[in-house]
Amino acid sequence: MQLAVWTYEGPPHVGAMRIATAMKKVHFILHAPQGDTYADLLFTMIERRNARPPVTYTTFEARDLGSDTAEIYKRAVIDAVERFSPDAIIVGASCTAELIQDDPGGLARAAGIGIPVIPVELPSYTRKEHWGASETFYQVVRHLADKASIADRPGPDGRSSCNILGPSALGFRHRDDVVELTRLLRDIGVDINVVAPLGAGVDDIRRLGAATFNVVLYPELGETTARWLEREYGQPFVATPPIGVAGTRQFVEDIAKLLDRPLAAAAASNLPWWSRSIDSNYLTGKRVFVFGEGAKAAAIASVAADELAFDVVGVGCYNREMARQVRTAAQKHGVEPLITDDYLEVEAAIAELQPELILGTQMERHIGKRLGIPCAVISAPAHVQDYPARYSPHVGPEGANVLFDAFIHPLVMGLEEHLLAMFREDFEFNDEAGPSHVSHGRVSVAQGQETAAQSMPAEISLTEPETHATAPGETWSVDAEKELRKIPFFVRGKARRNAEQFAADHGHSTITVDVLYEAKAHYAR
Amino acid sequence: MTTLELERGCATPPAATDGAEPTILRERGQREVFCGLTGIVWLHRKMQDAFFLIVGSRTCAHLMQSAAGVMIFAEPRFATAILEERDLAGLADANEELDRVVDRLLARRNDIKVLFLVGSCPSEVIKLDLSRAAERLSTRHMPTVRVLNYSGSGIETTFTQGEDACLSALAGAAPTSTTKDASLLVVGAVADVVEDQFRRLFSDLGVGPVDFLPSRKAAEVAGIGPGTRYLLAQPYLRDVAGVLDERGAQRLPAPFPFGAEGTTAWLKAAADAWNVDPARFDDVVAGPHARATKALASRRALLDGKRAFFFPDSQLEIPIARFLSRELGVSLIEVGTPYLHRAHLEEELRMLPAGAKLSEGQDVDLQLERCRAARPDITVCGLGLANPLEAEGLTTKWSIELVFTPIQGYEQAGDLAELFTRPIVRRERLAV
Ligand code: SF4
Repeated sequence: MQLAVWTYEGPPHVGAMRIATAMKKVHFILHAPQGDTYADLLFTMIERRNARPPVTYTTFEARDLGSDTAEIYKRAVIDAVERFSPDAIIVGASCTAELIQDDPGGLARAAGIGIPVIPVELPSYTRKEHWGASETFYQVVRHLADKASIADRPGPDGRSSCNILGPSALGFRHRDDVVELTRLLRDIGVDINVVAPLGAGVDDIRRLGAATFNVVLYPELGETTARWLEREYGQPFVATPPIGVAGTRQFVEDIAKLLDRPLAAAAASNLPWWSRSIDSNYLTGKRVFVFGEGAKAAAIASVAADELAFDVVGVGCYNREMARQVRTAAQKHGVEPLITDDYLEVEAAIAELQPELILGTQMERHIGKRLGIPCAVISAPAHVQDYPARYSPHVGPEGANVLFDAFIHPLVMGLEEHLLAMFREDFEFNDEAGPSHVSHGRVSVAQGQETAAQSMPAEISLTEPETHATAPGETWSVDAEKELRKIPFFVRGKARRNAEQFAADHGHSTITVDVLYEAKAHYAR
Repeated sequence: MTTLELERGCATPPAATDGAEPTILRERGQREVFCGLTGIVWLHRKMQDAFFLIVGSRTCAHLMQSAAGVMIFAEPRFATAILEERDLAGLADANEELDRVVDRLLARRNDIKVLFLVGSCPSEVIKLDLSRAAERLSTRHMPTVRVLNYSGSGIETTFTQGEDACLSALAGAAPTSTTKDASLLVVGAVADVVEDQFRRLFSDLGVGPVDFLPSRKAAEVAGIGPGTRYLLAQPYLRDVAGVLDERGAQRLPAPFPFGAEGTTAWLKAAADAWNVDPARFDDVVAGPHARATKALASRRALLDGKRAFFFPDSQLEIPIARFLSRELGVSLIEVGTPYLHRAHLEEELRMLPAGAKLSEGQDVDLQLERCRAARPDITVCGLGLANPLEAEGLTTKWSIELVFTPIQGYEQAGDLAELFTRPIVRRERLAV
């Protein structure tokens, strides 16, 4: 039994829904009780889709158990096919139906509906949403792809083409990433054969084999399929994330290498000059904590460190499937990787590290709110407000621009930061005053970082208390306490911890103003 | 009363009969309603000393964080013990695991006085006996913590039935009162502000003592006995009423306190049971009743003559439809309810316009066909359906707001009407 308050990922059948919803004329018949229909709102409310997801739930009840749940399933299949006339159906079970073992695959085939039936096993008690999406996409391709399409592949001297694999419904920025990546690939002289699953129909999946190679845009969703296509269809793939200026450059180079020919230049990004412009000086060495889906987090950490000159003080992911990438990234930045799907562990790590900026998911945004640390959302799971109306990709040249803007938006700007530091006692520079261009992004320090260590794990954590519990023997003198309040809120937690650590290490039982400044000198970076 | 027993439902609404009695269409197909776990979203805020531990799956945990459309991060007093492969393999181990989880939870949260173990579909299907677990854990943790259990599973409960199950557990555990002296129990979770208003009104009427179930402290449930008279503040409380009846309490039949009219009739039921002088009653309610009527007048201008269609969701549909039709001039195309408990809705059904069309249960695809064909001016539906219908040009009101907003009583009558006028005004104003 695992105790959870908030989860980063839904169950695997939600992953399967993301694939079905992404595709055209593919219907998913899910054996599930009525409450599971909540998942529709993920698509209609969070992603603001204007149509119901193509999902029929059997909504069986207790009184059906043991008698005719299988019959209910079969009937749901027949009705759904008649009503929606899909070109193929995906069939599967949610956590409850998995326990009653009705075999949706067998039942759907027995219904004799005359269209492809794609059964998916979705082990709810061991797997999660990304796994379910990846597996469903893989099964869709295995069942529908037609090897004969290989014959349509461009010859060695023709233009090359690729498939873009991975974008799905409810994906974080997938809609815009596909547009940006398509533009990028066209610019460098590569045609797009098929984008899947987002926007693909059965016929599109059939002709996947016609592409020269595959681009895995989101490894957590598309890599399994790409590996199978490599093995079975002899299609190589590129999985380099085209994120940031360097990532995009590497992506293009990897394609050139794969095709063994030079490619046209990609469009330039504004990021390099924006980062070199002197107003960006204040970004140097800002301490950032990166957490999210693994492939994304690893790529974002590189952008933060190499393209904005931030210090990455922590990097982690919630999906174990991508732990390898995150470990490599952590090594590069000289930090410990944090691989966990326990929200409380992430909160403890952030409280401990006191970064100046968090690049995370909607969970980390909430953690940041509580701790008084600004946050930019860079990964799913995301809130409705993270699905912007404007074009806002995270990949390619425009993606780099978007990332630059997204990272600096929550921060206090250069000279403003100095003024805040110089005139702490100006009554309008109170702790609630965040960056002047963000209206209400900050909680008061009273509920924020200073109380974080006490309030946070007490909430509900069932894991043993973390070692970050403060309260060593040192006490603060009144003057030092006052002096501390003159330090800007965004570094105050760190200053407090440093002073306490310094006092403990050097045997000061009282933290005076002098000790505070000695600590400052000691830890000066 | 005409009842069409249709296992599969039909796409055309049953025609109204000649008499005043509503027509009821019973359907059974795909439902698009939350399960009873969802009630925890408001119950955990209402009862400040209670904690809800769902014994379920990742789906249940995910529902809890998605159901309200937003995540509630302020000190959640609920969590999910997610069953894993090895819990399914051996029930003995699952019980041990549960004990361990509960022990640690209670050790860290000494503010918890009542712990609800909440069953889910998976825990029901594997027959994990949570009532035995609750007994076992109660023995271990009493008197500091009382452990109760109920099921919010989707195979047994829809949406608000979870609250019914929770309050049944609470009522079952309430102390027995032996006094014959009358006391009033208001049953059903209402917003704190509504509770306070009702308390003031009852005290002005001289009705009392008054208790609420649930109250802000789950550990302090009022004694129940032959002197208990109870008023239902919510229409979905069949089971808790059964528990109260069994313990000798008496229900005061009344319409539900929505709108000026409903609130007056509801208060009157208590006033009559306490033999309150009619003049005094009129005196007490005159002020707030006039305020409510005034608040409704401006909204009526916007709603009069509009046609409404209700998808089944919270069981609040019938009382709210009655309010919309009688106090705001809305005509009713179809009023869906997940479950129709006739005994508690008798007064409400009588107040519906002649020949009103009701539907019980659901076949969502057929119902959507009827809705599209009728082109209502306002469609009340769940979050999964609202945006798709808006995209088709229909104006919608998400029904979940009806359970997350204070809507009972005089002072909230205008707010309740506002929930329906806002989407209409918005659609009229938008020029894009
Ligand atoms: S319907 Fe059942 S499995 Fe689904 S969320 Fe509700 S209790 Fe959990």
